[in-house]
Amino acid sequence: MSSGTVAHTQGRVSYVGAFAGLMLRDLRVLRREIGPFVVRIIMQPLLFLFVFTFLFPRIGQMGALGGAIFATVLLPGLMAVAIMFSGIAAVALPLSQEFGITREIDDRVMCPLPVAAVAAEKVVFSAIQSILAALLVLPLAIWVPATPVYAHVASWPMLIATLILASLVAGALGLAIGSNVRPQQIGLVFSIVVVPITFLGCVYYPWAALYQIRWLQVLVLANPIVYMSEGLRTALTPGIPHMPSLYVLLALVVSLAVLGTIGLRGFLKKVIS
Amino acid sequence: MIVEITGLTKIFRDKQQSVTAVDSIDLSVGQGELFGLLGPNGAGKTTTIGICTTRTLPTSGKVRIAGIDVVAHPAIARRNIGVVPQFNTLDRSLTIFENLYFHCKYFGFSGAEARERANALLKQFLLLERAKSFPSQLSGGLQQRIQIARAIAHRPAVLFLDEPSAGLDPQSRIAMWDAVRGLRAEGITVVLTTHYMEEADELCDRVAIIDHGKVLALDSPERLKTTLGANTRIELALHSSDSMQALTERLRSLPKVHSVEPMPGGLRLFAQRIDGLLPELVQAAQSHGVRDISINEPSLETVFIRLTGRDLRE
Repeated sequence: MSSGTVAHTQGRVSYVGAFAGLMLRDLRVLRREIGPFVVRIIMQPLLFLFVFTFLFPRIGQMGALGGAIFATVLLPGLMAVAIMFSGIAAVALPLSQEFGITREIDDRVMCPLPVAAVAAEKVVFSAIQSILAALLVLPLAIWVPATPVYAHVASWPMLIATLILASLVAGALGLAIGSNVRPQQIGLVFSIVVVPITFLGCVYYPWAALYQIRWLQVLVLANPIVYMSEGLRTALTPGIPHMPSLYVLLALVVSLAVLGTIGLRGFLKKVIS
Repeated sequence: MIVEITGLTKIFRDKQQSVTAVDSIDLSVGQGELFGLLGPNGAGKTTTIGICTTRTLPTSGKVRIAGIDVVAHPAIARRNIGVVPQFNTLDRSLTIFENLYFHCKYFGFSGAEARERANALLKQFLLLERAKSFPSQLSGGLQQRIQIARAIAHRPAVLFLDEPSAGLDPQSRIAMWDAVRGLRAEGITVVLTTHYMEEADELCDRVAIIDHGKVLALDSPERLKTTLGANTRIELALHSSDSMQALTERLRSLPKVHSVEPMPGGLRLFAQRIDGLLPELVQAAQSHGVRDISINEPSLETVFIRLTGRDLRE
Protein backbone atom coordinates (compact mmCIF):
# COMPACT_ATOMS: atom_id res chain seq x y z
CA MET A 1 0.00 0.00 0.00
CA SER A 2 1.45 3.36 -0.94
CA SER A 3 1.59 6.22 1.52
CA GLY A 4 -1.05 7.95 -0.59
CA THR A 5 -3.54 5.15 -0.05
CA VAL A 6 -2.97 5.11 3.69
CA ALA A 7 -3.46 8.85 3.85
CA HIS A 8 -6.58 8.51 1.72
CA THR A 9 -8.20 6.07 4.13
CA GLN A 10 -7.43 8.33 7.10
CA GLY A 11 -8.72 11.28 5.09
CA ARG A 12 -12.23 9.90 4.60
CA VAL A 13 -12.71 9.79 8.36
CA SER A 14 -11.71 13.43 8.81
CA TYR A 15 -14.04 14.65 6.03
CA VAL A 16 -17.00 14.37 8.40
CA GLY A 17 -15.21 16.43 11.04
CA ALA A 18 -14.25 19.12 8.54
CA PHE A 19 -17.81 19.32 7.15
CA ALA A 20 -19.19 19.59 10.69
CA GLY A 21 -16.64 22.33 11.39
CA LEU A 22 -17.91 24.34 8.42
CA MET A 23 -21.53 23.90 9.57
CA LEU A 24 -20.61 25.03 13.11
CA ARG A 25 -18.91 28.11 11.71
CA ASP A 26 -22.00 29.07 9.72
CA LEU A 27 -24.21 28.37 12.71
CA ARG A 28 -22.09 30.70 14.86
CA VAL A 29 -22.37 33.47 12.29
CA LEU A 30 -26.14 32.93 11.92
CA ARG A 31 -26.64 32.93 15.70
CA ARG A 32 -24.80 36.25 15.95
CA GLU A 33 -27.09 37.74 13.30
CA ILE A 34 -30.34 36.06 14.25
CA GLY A 35 -32.21 39.37 14.77
CA PRO A 36 -31.46 40.79 11.30
CA PHE A 37 -32.06 37.29 9.87
CA VAL A 38 -35.62 37.16 11.24
CA VAL A 39 -36.39 40.75 10.23
CA ARG A 40 -35.06 40.12 6.73
CA ILE A 41 -37.32 37.09 6.35
CA ILE A 42 -40.58 38.38 7.76
CA MET A 43 -40.72 42.02 6.62
CA GLN A 44 -41.58 41.42 2.97
CA PRO A 45 -44.27 38.73 3.45
CA LEU A 46 -45.65 40.54 6.48
CA LEU A 47 -46.21 43.78 4.53
CA PHE A 48 -47.47 41.86 1.52
CA LEU A 49 -50.02 40.03 3.61
CA PHE A 50 -50.97 43.15 5.51
CA VAL A 51 -51.69 45.21 2.41
CA PHE A 52 -53.26 42.58 0.15
CA THR A 53 -55.07 40.30 2.57
CA PHE A 54 -55.81 42.59 5.51
CA LEU A 55 -56.06 46.10 4.13
CA PHE A 56 -57.58 45.43 0.70
CA PRO A 57 -60.61 43.41 1.89
CA ARG A 58 -61.35 46.19 4.38
CA ILE A 59 -61.16 49.01 1.84
CA GLY A 60 -63.12 47.10 -0.74
CA GLN A 61 -60.33 46.23 -3.19
CA MET A 62 -60.95 42.49 -3.12
CA GLY A 63 -62.41 41.89 -6.53
CA ALA A 64 -59.25 42.44 -8.52
CA LEU A 65 -57.25 40.01 -6.46
CA GLY A 66 -58.73 36.60 -6.95
CA GLY A 67 -61.46 36.99 -4.38
CA ALA A 68 -61.85 35.24 -1.09
CA ILE A 69 -59.36 32.47 -1.76
CA PHE A 70 -56.48 34.86 -2.39
CA ALA A 71 -55.06 34.51 1.15
CA THR A 72 -55.12 30.74 0.75
CA VAL A 73 -53.34 30.95 -2.61
CA LEU A 74 -50.71 33.19 -1.09
CA LEU A 75 -49.76 30.99 1.88
CA PRO A 76 -47.69 28.41 -0.06
CA GLY A 77 -46.54 31.06 -2.52
CA LEU A 78 -45.06 33.34 0.11
CA MET A 79 -43.37 30.34 1.76
CA ALA A 80 -41.77 29.53 -1.61
CA VAL A 81 -40.53 33.10 -1.98
CA ALA A 82 -39.09 33.03 1.54
CA ILE A 83 -37.30 29.78 0.69
CA MET A 84 -35.87 31.21 -2.51
CA PHE A 85 -34.77 34.52 -1.00
CA SER A 86 -33.02 32.72 1.84
CA GLY A 87 -30.97 30.81 -0.69
CA ILE A 88 -30.00 34.04 -2.40
CA ALA A 89 -29.22 35.82 0.87
CA ALA A 90 -27.37 32.89 2.46
CA VAL A 91 -25.29 31.82 -0.53
CA ALA A 92 -25.39 34.11 -3.55
CA LEU A 93 -24.68 37.44 -1.87
CA PRO A 94 -21.91 36.31 0.53
CA LEU A 95 -20.26 34.05 -2.04
CA SER A 96 -20.16 36.72 -4.71
CA GLN A 97 -18.55 39.08 -2.19
CA GLU A 98 -16.06 36.48 -1.02
CA PHE A 99 -14.98 35.55 -4.53
CA GLY A 100 -15.00 39.05 -5.95
CA ILE A 101 -13.73 41.16 -3.10
CA THR A 102 -12.79 39.68 0.26
CA ARG A 103 -11.38 36.26 -0.68
CA GLU A 104 -12.18 35.12 2.85
CA ILE A 105 -13.60 31.80 1.67
CA ASP A 106 -9.99 30.78 0.98
CA ASP A 107 -9.48 29.47 4.48
CA ARG A 108 -12.50 27.18 4.13
CA VAL A 109 -11.42 26.03 0.69
CA MET A 110 -8.06 25.06 2.22
CA CYS A 111 -9.65 22.75 4.79
CA PRO A 112 -9.06 19.03 4.35
CA LEU A 113 -12.20 18.35 2.29
CA PRO A 114 -12.80 17.94 -1.43
CA VAL A 115 -13.60 21.43 -2.74
CA ALA A 116 -17.02 20.24 -3.94
CA ALA A 117 -17.92 19.41 -0.34
CA VAL A 118 -17.18 23.00 0.71
CA ALA A 119 -19.69 24.16 -1.92
CA ALA A 120 -22.17 21.47 -0.82
CA GLU A 121 -21.89 22.67 2.78
CA LYS A 122 -22.93 26.15 1.66
CA VAL A 123 -26.01 24.68 -0.04
CA VAL A 124 -26.94 22.47 2.91
CA PHE A 125 -26.59 25.27 5.45
CA SER A 126 -28.58 27.58 3.23
CA ALA A 127 -31.29 24.93 3.01
CA ILE A 128 -31.56 24.91 6.79
CA GLN A 129 -32.07 28.68 6.73
CA SER A 130 -34.67 28.32 3.97
CA ILE A 131 -36.67 25.81 6.03
CA LEU A 132 -36.55 28.17 9.02
CA ALA A 133 -37.70 31.00 6.76
CA ALA A 134 -40.64 28.98 5.42
CA LEU A 135 -41.69 28.05 8.96
CA LEU A 136 -41.50 31.71 10.03
CA VAL A 137 -43.77 32.78 7.18
CA LEU A 138 -46.35 30.07 7.86
CA PRO A 139 -47.95 31.62 11.00
CA LEU A 140 -47.96 35.07 9.39
CA ALA A 141 -49.80 33.75 6.36
CA ILE A 142 -52.39 32.14 8.59
CA TRP A 143 -53.00 34.95 11.11
CA VAL A 144 -52.55 38.23 9.26
CA PRO A 145 -55.23 37.92 6.53
CA ALA A 146 -58.66 39.32 7.31
CA THR A 147 -60.26 36.61 5.15
CA PRO A 148 -60.18 32.94 6.17
CA VAL A 149 -57.19 30.77 5.11
CA TYR A 150 -58.04 27.20 4.26
CA ALA A 151 -54.85 25.33 5.11
CA HIS A 152 -54.07 22.00 6.71
CA VAL A 153 -51.32 19.45 6.22
CA ALA A 154 -52.75 17.16 3.57
CA SER A 155 -49.63 15.03 3.37
CA TRP A 156 -46.74 15.15 5.83
CA PRO A 157 -44.36 13.22 3.54
CA MET A 158 -45.14 15.61 0.67
CA LEU A 159 -44.66 18.64 2.92
CA ILE A 160 -41.32 17.43 4.27
CA ALA A 161 -40.05 16.29 0.87
CA THR A 162 -41.06 19.59 -0.78
CA LEU A 163 -39.59 21.71 2.02
CA ILE A 164 -36.25 19.89 1.91
CA LEU A 165 -35.98 19.69 -1.88
CA ALA A 166 -37.16 23.27 -2.43
CA SER A 167 -34.68 24.52 0.16
CA LEU A 168 -31.81 22.64 -1.47
CA VAL A 169 -32.86 24.00 -4.88
CA ALA A 170 -32.83 27.53 -3.42
CA GLY A 171 -29.32 26.93 -2.06
CA ALA A 172 -28.18 25.56 -5.41
CA LEU A 173 -29.67 28.61 -7.14
CA GLY A 174 -27.72 30.79 -4.71
CA LEU A 175 -24.55 28.82 -5.46
CA ALA A 176 -25.11 29.14 -9.20
CA ILE A 177 -25.57 32.92 -8.92
CA GLY A 178 -22.90 33.50 -6.27
CA SER A 179 -20.13 31.64 -8.04
CA ASN A 180 -20.84 32.91 -11.54
CA VAL A 181 -21.77 36.54 -11.00
CA ARG A 182 -19.42 39.34 -10.01
CA PRO A 183 -20.50 41.42 -7.00
CA GLN A 184 -20.93 44.52 -9.21
CA GLN A 185 -23.53 42.63 -11.28
CA ILE A 186 -25.55 41.16 -8.43
CA GLY A 187 -28.02 44.03 -8.55
CA LEU A 188 -28.60 43.40 -12.24
CA VAL A 189 -29.13 39.68 -11.63
CA PHE A 190 -31.78 40.60 -9.10
CA SER A 191 -33.64 42.58 -11.74
CA ILE A 192 -33.33 40.11 -14.59
CA VAL A 193 -33.49 36.77 -12.74
CA VAL A 194 -34.74 36.96 -9.18
CA VAL A 195 -37.64 39.35 -9.65
CA PRO A 196 -39.02 37.65 -12.81
CA ILE A 197 -38.83 34.13 -11.36
CA THR A 198 -40.68 35.40 -8.30
CA PHE A 199 -43.47 37.09 -10.23
CA LEU A 200 -43.71 34.22 -12.72
CA GLY A 201 -43.29 31.54 -10.02
CA CYS A 202 -46.99 30.81 -9.45
CA VAL A 203 -46.61 32.57 -6.12
CA TYR A 204 -49.66 34.82 -6.36
CA TYR A 205 -51.78 32.48 -8.47
CA PRO A 206 -51.95 28.70 -8.93
CA TRP A 207 -50.34 27.22 -12.03
CA ALA A 208 -53.65 25.73 -13.18
CA ALA A 209 -55.14 29.25 -13.38
CA LEU A 210 -52.73 30.07 -16.19
CA TYR A 211 -54.60 27.74 -18.61
CA GLN A 212 -56.11 30.77 -20.32
CA ILE A 213 -52.64 31.96 -21.36
CA ARG A 214 -51.26 28.71 -22.61
CA TRP A 215 -47.84 29.93 -23.77
CA LEU A 216 -47.13 31.41 -20.37
CA GLN A 217 -48.31 28.27 -18.64
CA VAL A 218 -45.76 26.27 -20.63
CA LEU A 219 -43.00 28.87 -20.31
CA VAL A 220 -43.10 29.03 -16.51
CA LEU A 221 -42.43 25.29 -16.32
CA ALA A 222 -38.74 26.20 -16.66
CA ASN A 223 -38.95 28.17 -13.42
CA PRO A 224 -38.07 26.16 -10.29
CA ILE A 225 -40.09 28.52 -8.05
CA VAL A 226 -43.23 27.16 -9.72
CA TYR A 227 -42.55 23.72 -8.28
CA MET A 228 -41.79 25.12 -4.83
CA SER A 229 -45.14 26.95 -4.76
CA GLU A 230 -47.12 24.10 -6.31
CA GLY A 231 -45.50 21.47 -4.04
CA LEU A 232 -46.39 23.44 -0.94
CA ARG A 233 -49.89 24.00 -2.35
CA THR A 234 -50.26 20.23 -2.74
CA ALA A 235 -49.16 19.66 0.85
CA LEU A 236 -50.82 22.57 2.63
CA THR A 237 -53.77 23.97 0.65
CA PRO A 238 -55.18 20.99 -1.23
CA GLY A 239 -58.39 22.95 -1.84
CA ILE A 240 -56.60 25.10 -4.42
CA PRO A 241 -55.84 23.48 -7.81
CA HIS A 242 -52.26 22.17 -7.83
CA MET A 243 -49.82 20.03 -9.80
CA PRO A 244 -49.52 16.30 -9.13
CA SER A 245 -46.99 15.49 -6.37
CA LEU A 246 -44.84 13.27 -8.54
CA TYR A 247 -44.24 15.95 -11.19
CA VAL A 248 -43.39 18.48 -8.52
CA LEU A 249 -40.84 16.29 -6.81
CA LEU A 250 -39.32 15.15 -10.09
CA ALA A 251 -38.98 18.74 -11.32
CA LEU A 252 -37.39 19.80 -8.03
CA VAL A 253 -34.84 16.99 -8.31
CA VAL A 254 -34.04 18.01 -11.89
CA SER A 255 -33.73 21.68 -10.85
CA LEU A 256 -31.39 20.67 -8.04
CA ALA A 257 -29.22 18.68 -10.44
CA VAL A 258 -29.06 21.44 -13.06
CA LEU A 259 -28.50 24.39 -10.69
CA GLY A 260 -26.15 22.32 -8.52
CA THR A 261 -24.01 21.45 -11.53
CA ILE A 262 -23.87 25.06 -12.76
CA GLY A 263 -23.08 26.26 -9.26
CA LEU A 264 -20.42 23.64 -8.59
CA ARG A 265 -18.71 24.28 -11.92
CA GLY A 266 -18.57 27.99 -11.21
CA PHE A 267 -17.30 27.34 -7.69
CA LEU A 268 -14.51 25.02 -8.84
CA LYS A 269 -13.52 27.47 -11.53
CA LYS A 270 -13.27 30.24 -8.98
CA VAL A 271 -11.12 28.36 -6.47
CA ILE A 272 -8.90 26.17 -8.69
CA SER A 273 -6.98 27.67 -11.60
CA MET B 1 12.03 16.00 2.18
CA ILE B 2 8.87 17.93 3.10
CA VAL B 3 8.36 19.62 -0.28
CA GLU B 4 9.44 17.83 -3.46
CA ILE B 5 8.83 19.59 -6.75
CA THR B 6 9.84 17.76 -9.92
CA GLY B 7 9.60 18.97 -13.49
CA LEU B 8 6.83 21.39 -12.58
CA THR B 9 5.35 23.31 -15.50
CA LYS B 10 2.28 25.51 -15.67
CA ILE B 11 1.06 27.04 -18.89
CA PHE B 12 -1.92 29.39 -18.70
CA ARG B 13 -3.84 29.27 -21.95
CA ASP B 14 -6.61 31.48 -23.18
CA LYS B 15 -7.93 32.30 -26.63
CA GLN B 16 -5.30 34.88 -27.48
CA GLN B 17 -2.13 33.52 -25.96
CA SER B 18 -0.46 30.95 -23.76
CA VAL B 19 1.83 32.04 -20.98
CA THR B 20 4.38 29.73 -19.39
CA ALA B 21 4.27 30.81 -15.77
CA VAL B 22 6.35 27.94 -14.42
CA ASP B 23 8.90 26.25 -16.65
CA SER B 24 10.05 22.78 -15.48
CA ILE B 25 11.08 23.66 -11.97
CA ASP B 26 12.77 21.15 -9.64
CA LEU B 27 13.07 22.01 -5.98
CA SER B 28 13.14 20.24 -2.69
CA VAL B 29 12.80 21.67 0.79
CA GLY B 30 13.93 19.74 3.85
CA GLN B 31 12.45 19.45 7.33
CA GLY B 32 12.75 22.64 9.35
CA GLU B 33 14.18 24.66 6.50
CA LEU B 34 13.28 28.28 5.81
CA PHE B 35 13.23 28.43 2.04
CA GLY B 36 12.79 31.49 -0.13
CA LEU B 37 11.61 31.95 -3.70
CA LEU B 38 13.07 35.27 -4.80
CA GLY B 39 12.16 36.93 -8.04
CA PRO B 40 10.39 39.89 -9.60
CA ASN B 41 6.60 40.10 -9.92
CA GLY B 42 5.41 37.70 -12.57
CA ALA B 43 8.39 35.37 -12.18
CA GLY B 44 6.16 32.38 -11.36
CA LYS B 45 6.55 32.34 -7.58
CA THR B 46 2.87 32.66 -6.74
CA THR B 47 1.91 30.07 -9.36
CA THR B 48 4.44 27.64 -7.88
CA ILE B 49 2.98 28.18 -4.40
CA GLY B 50 -0.53 27.90 -5.87
CA ILE B 51 0.29 24.44 -7.22
CA CYS B 52 1.97 23.36 -3.97
CA THR B 53 -1.12 24.43 -2.01
CA THR B 54 -3.62 22.60 -4.31
CA ARG B 55 -5.12 25.82 -5.70
CA THR B 56 -3.60 25.64 -9.16
CA LEU B 57 -3.38 22.54 -11.33
CA PRO B 58 0.00 21.98 -12.97
CA THR B 59 0.27 21.41 -16.73
CA SER B 60 2.90 18.76 -16.02
CA GLY B 61 5.23 17.69 -13.24
CA LYS B 62 4.64 16.61 -9.67
CA VAL B 63 4.53 18.14 -6.23
CA ARG B 64 4.67 16.04 -3.09
CA ILE B 65 4.08 17.56 0.31
CA ALA B 66 5.19 15.29 3.15
CA GLY B 67 5.07 12.45 0.65
CA ILE B 68 1.52 13.09 -0.59
CA ASP B 69 0.85 14.02 -4.21
CA VAL B 70 -1.06 17.33 -4.14
CA VAL B 71 -2.78 16.75 -7.48
CA ALA B 72 -3.93 13.18 -6.81
CA HIS B 73 -4.98 13.75 -3.18
CA PRO B 74 -5.56 17.47 -2.65
CA ALA B 75 -7.90 17.16 0.33
CA ILE B 76 -5.45 14.91 2.19
CA ALA B 77 -2.43 16.99 1.21
CA ARG B 78 -4.07 20.09 2.66
CA ARG B 79 -3.74 18.66 6.15
CA ASN B 80 0.02 19.11 5.86
CA ILE B 81 -0.20 22.57 4.34
CA GLY B 82 -0.53 25.96 5.98
CA VAL B 83 -0.97 28.98 3.72
CA VAL B 84 -0.83 32.72 4.12
CA PRO B 85 -1.82 34.08 0.71
CA GLN B 86 -1.02 37.56 -0.61
CA PHE B 87 -4.43 38.92 0.20
CA ASN B 88 -6.07 39.00 3.62
CA THR B 89 -8.38 35.99 3.95
CA LEU B 90 -9.36 36.29 7.60
CA ASP B 91 -13.01 35.44 8.20
CA ARG B 92 -14.56 38.90 8.72
CA SER B 93 -17.68 37.45 10.35
CA LEU B 94 -15.68 35.80 13.14
CA THR B 95 -13.61 37.19 16.01
CA ILE B 96 -9.86 36.60 16.15
CA PHE B 97 -10.37 33.76 18.63
CA GLU B 98 -13.07 32.22 16.44
CA ASN B 99 -10.88 32.49 13.35
CA LEU B 100 -8.35 30.26 15.10
CA TYR B 101 -10.95 28.07 16.81
CA PHE B 102 -12.95 27.25 13.69
CA HIS B 103 -9.80 26.74 11.63
CA CYS B 104 -8.89 24.00 14.12
CA LYS B 105 -12.43 22.60 13.85
CA TYR B 106 -12.07 22.39 10.05
CA PHE B 107 -9.06 20.18 10.69
CA GLY B 108 -10.98 17.81 12.92
CA PHE B 109 -9.95 19.09 16.37
CA SER B 110 -12.45 18.46 19.18
CA GLY B 111 -14.02 21.54 20.77
CA ALA B 112 -11.69 21.39 23.79
CA GLU B 113 -8.58 20.83 21.65
CA ALA B 114 -9.53 23.68 19.33
CA ARG B 115 -10.11 26.05 22.24
CA GLU B 116 -6.81 25.10 23.82
CA ARG B 117 -4.89 25.48 20.56
CA ALA B 118 -6.52 28.82 19.76
CA ASN B 119 -5.64 30.19 23.20
CA ALA B 120 -2.07 28.91 22.96
CA LEU B 121 -1.65 30.63 19.58
CA LEU B 122 -3.13 33.89 20.85
CA LYS B 123 -0.54 33.80 23.63
CA GLN B 124 2.34 32.82 21.34
CA PHE B 125 1.58 35.58 18.85
CA LEU B 126 0.89 38.18 21.56
CA LEU B 127 -2.75 38.55 20.55
CA LEU B 128 -4.50 37.65 23.81
CA GLU B 129 -6.11 41.05 24.39
CA ARG B 130 -7.37 41.03 20.79
CA ALA B 131 -9.19 37.70 21.11
CA LYS B 132 -12.67 39.24 20.95
CA SER B 133 -11.89 41.82 18.22
CA PHE B 134 -13.03 41.38 14.67
CA PRO B 135 -10.39 41.45 11.90
CA SER B 136 -11.63 44.80 10.55
CA GLN B 137 -10.79 46.43 13.89
CA LEU B 138 -7.09 45.57 13.63
CA SER B 139 -4.14 46.98 11.72
CA GLY B 140 -2.78 45.27 8.62
CA GLY B 141 0.30 44.12 10.51
CA LEU B 142 -1.76 42.48 13.25
CA GLN B 143 -4.06 40.84 10.72
CA GLN B 144 -1.02 39.40 8.97
CA ARG B 145 0.22 37.99 12.28
CA ILE B 146 -3.18 36.40 12.90
CA GLN B 147 -3.09 34.87 9.42
CA ILE B 148 0.25 33.27 10.23
CA ALA B 149 -1.07 32.00 13.56
CA ARG B 150 -4.13 30.55 11.84
CA ALA B 151 -2.08 28.97 9.06
CA ILE B 152 -0.01 26.95 11.55
CA ALA B 153 -2.92 26.18 13.90
CA HIS B 154 -3.44 22.66 12.54
CA ARG B 155 0.31 21.95 12.87
CA PRO B 156 1.05 21.60 9.15
CA ALA B 157 4.31 20.10 7.95
CA VAL B 158 5.00 23.18 5.89
CA LEU B 159 3.86 26.79 5.91
CA PHE B 160 3.67 28.71 2.64
CA LEU B 161 3.92 32.49 2.88
CA ASP B 162 3.18 34.33 -0.34
CA GLU B 163 4.77 37.80 -0.29
CA PRO B 164 4.31 38.06 3.47
CA SER B 165 5.55 41.62 3.78
CA ALA B 166 3.65 43.09 0.83
CA GLY B 167 1.74 46.10 2.06
CA LEU B 168 3.23 46.07 5.56
CA ASP B 169 4.88 49.11 7.09
CA PRO B 170 8.57 48.63 8.06
CA GLN B 171 7.76 48.08 11.73
CA SER B 172 5.13 45.41 11.00
CA ARG B 173 7.52 43.77 8.59
CA ILE B 174 10.13 43.39 11.30
CA ALA B 175 7.48 41.99 13.67
CA MET B 176 6.46 39.54 10.92
CA TRP B 177 10.08 38.49 10.43
CA ASP B 178 10.33 37.81 14.17
CA ALA B 179 7.19 35.68 13.99
CA VAL B 180 8.62 33.69 11.07
CA ARG B 181 11.94 33.20 12.86
CA GLY B 182 9.93 31.96 15.84
CA LEU B 183 8.42 29.28 13.57
CA ARG B 184 11.90 28.13 12.57
CA ALA B 185 12.72 27.76 16.25
CA GLU B 186 9.70 25.44 16.50
CA GLY B 187 10.98 23.37 13.61
CA ILE B 188 8.22 24.30 11.17
CA THR B 189 9.30 24.19 7.53
CA VAL B 190 8.61 27.50 5.82
CA VAL B 191 8.51 28.34 2.11
CA LEU B 192 8.12 32.03 1.33
CA THR B 193 8.05 34.10 -1.82
CA THR B 194 9.35 37.61 -1.92
CA HIS B 195 10.64 40.23 -4.24
CA TYR B 196 12.49 41.99 -1.43
CA MET B 197 16.04 40.69 -1.50
CA GLU B 198 16.70 41.89 2.04
CA GLU B 199 13.81 39.73 3.20
CA ALA B 200 15.22 36.63 1.51
CA ASP B 201 18.67 37.49 2.80
CA GLU B 202 17.50 38.15 6.33
CA LEU B 203 15.23 35.13 6.79
CA CYS B 204 16.06 32.25 4.51
CA ASP B 205 18.39 29.29 4.88
CA ARG B 206 18.28 28.76 1.15
CA VAL B 207 17.03 30.91 -1.69
CA ALA B 208 15.95 29.98 -5.20
CA ILE B 209 16.25 32.91 -7.56
CA ILE B 210 13.40 32.65 -10.08
CA ASP B 211 12.77 34.54 -13.27
CA HIS B 212 10.48 33.75 -16.21
CA GLY B 213 9.37 30.55 -14.49
CA LYS B 214 12.86 29.10 -14.20
CA VAL B 215 15.20 28.61 -11.27
CA LEU B 216 18.35 30.56 -12.09
CA ALA B 217 20.29 29.84 -8.91
CA LEU B 218 19.71 27.97 -5.68
CA ASP B 219 21.84 28.14 -2.54
CA SER B 220 22.21 29.82 0.83
CA PRO B 221 22.17 33.61 0.59
CA GLU B 222 25.81 33.66 1.73
CA ARG B 223 26.99 31.25 -0.91
CA LEU B 224 24.88 32.87 -3.62
CA LYS B 225 26.58 36.13 -2.85
CA THR B 226 30.12 34.75 -2.79
CA THR B 227 30.00 32.20 -5.60
CA LEU B 228 28.10 34.46 -7.96
CA GLY B 229 30.78 37.11 -7.70
CA ALA B 230 28.95 39.73 -5.78
CA ASN B 231 31.47 42.01 -4.14
CA THR B 232 31.65 43.95 -0.93
CA ARG B 233 31.91 47.63 -1.63
CA ILE B 234 34.36 49.59 0.54
CA GLU B 235 34.55 53.35 0.40
CA LEU B 236 37.66 55.07 1.77
CA ALA B 237 37.32 58.78 2.52
CA LEU B 238 40.77 60.41 2.56
CA HIS B 239 42.12 63.78 3.73
CA SER B 240 44.84 64.09 1.10
CA SER B 241 44.48 63.45 -2.58
CA ASP B 242 48.24 63.57 -3.41
CA SER B 243 49.77 60.71 -5.42
CA MET B 244 46.49 58.84 -5.67
CA GLN B 245 47.77 56.85 -8.58
CA ALA B 246 50.40 55.14 -6.42
CA LEU B 247 47.88 54.36 -3.70
CA THR B 248 45.44 52.94 -6.23
CA GLU B 249 48.13 50.65 -7.60
CA ARG B 250 49.12 49.54 -4.15
CA LEU B 251 45.56 48.72 -3.10
CA ARG B 252 44.87 46.93 -6.33
CA SER B 253 47.78 44.62 -5.61
CA LEU B 254 46.19 43.41 -2.37
CA PRO B 255 45.08 39.79 -2.92
CA LYS B 256 41.37 40.10 -2.06
CA VAL B 257 40.76 43.38 -3.83
CA HIS B 258 38.92 43.05 -7.09
CA SER B 259 39.02 46.60 -8.37
CA VAL B 260 39.71 50.16 -7.22
CA GLU B 261 38.23 53.31 -8.60
CA PRO B 262 38.41 56.98 -7.63
CA MET B 263 35.47 58.75 -6.04
CA PRO B 264 35.11 62.32 -4.83
CA GLY B 265 37.23 62.66 -1.68
CA GLY B 266 38.68 59.17 -1.74
CA LEU B 267 38.63 55.75 -3.33
CA ARG B 268 36.05 53.01 -3.88
CA LEU B 269 37.16 49.36 -3.70
CA PHE B 270 35.38 46.14 -4.60
CA ALA B 271 36.58 43.11 -2.69
CA GLN B 272 35.58 39.47 -2.62
CA ARG B 273 35.79 39.21 1.17
CA ILE B 274 36.72 41.68 3.82
CA ASP B 275 38.06 39.51 6.66
CA GLY B 276 41.64 40.61 7.33
CA LEU B 277 41.50 43.22 4.61
CA LEU B 278 40.65 46.27 6.69
CA PRO B 279 43.93 46.57 8.65
CA GLU B 280 45.88 46.30 5.40
CA LEU B 281 43.72 48.99 3.82
CA VAL B 282 44.13 51.35 6.74
CA GLN B 283 47.87 50.75 6.79
CA ALA B 284 48.25 51.35 3.06
CA ALA B 285 46.19 54.52 3.11
CA GLN B 286 47.64 55.85 6.37
CA SER B 287 49.79 58.51 4.73
CA HIS B 288 46.70 59.95 3.04
CA GLY B 289 44.82 60.39 6.31
CA VAL B 290 41.81 58.04 6.49
CA ARG B 291 38.70 60.02 7.43
CA ASP B 292 36.11 57.32 7.16
CA ILE B 293 35.58 53.79 5.93
CA SER B 294 32.17 52.49 4.90
CA ILE B 295 31.47 48.86 4.06
CA ASN B 296 28.50 47.57 2.04
CA GLU B 297 28.01 43.83 2.21
CA PRO B 298 27.21 42.08 -1.07
CA SER B 299 23.46 41.74 -1.60
CA LEU B 300 21.17 39.36 -3.40
CA GLU B 301 20.16 42.32 -5.47
CA THR B 302 23.61 42.43 -7.10
CA VAL B 303 23.38 38.67 -7.59
CA PHE B 304 20.03 39.04 -9.30
CA ILE B 305 21.30 41.79 -11.56
CA ARG B 306 24.27 39.64 -12.46
CA LEU B 307 22.03 36.68 -13.30
CA THR B 308 19.36 38.47 -15.27
CA GLY B 309 20.91 41.74 -16.28
CA ARG B 310 18.06 43.65 -14.68
CA ASP B 311 16.89 45.03 -11.40
CA LEU B 312 14.40 43.12 -9.21
CA ARG B 313 11.97 46.02 -9.30
CA GLU B 314 11.99 46.41 -13.05
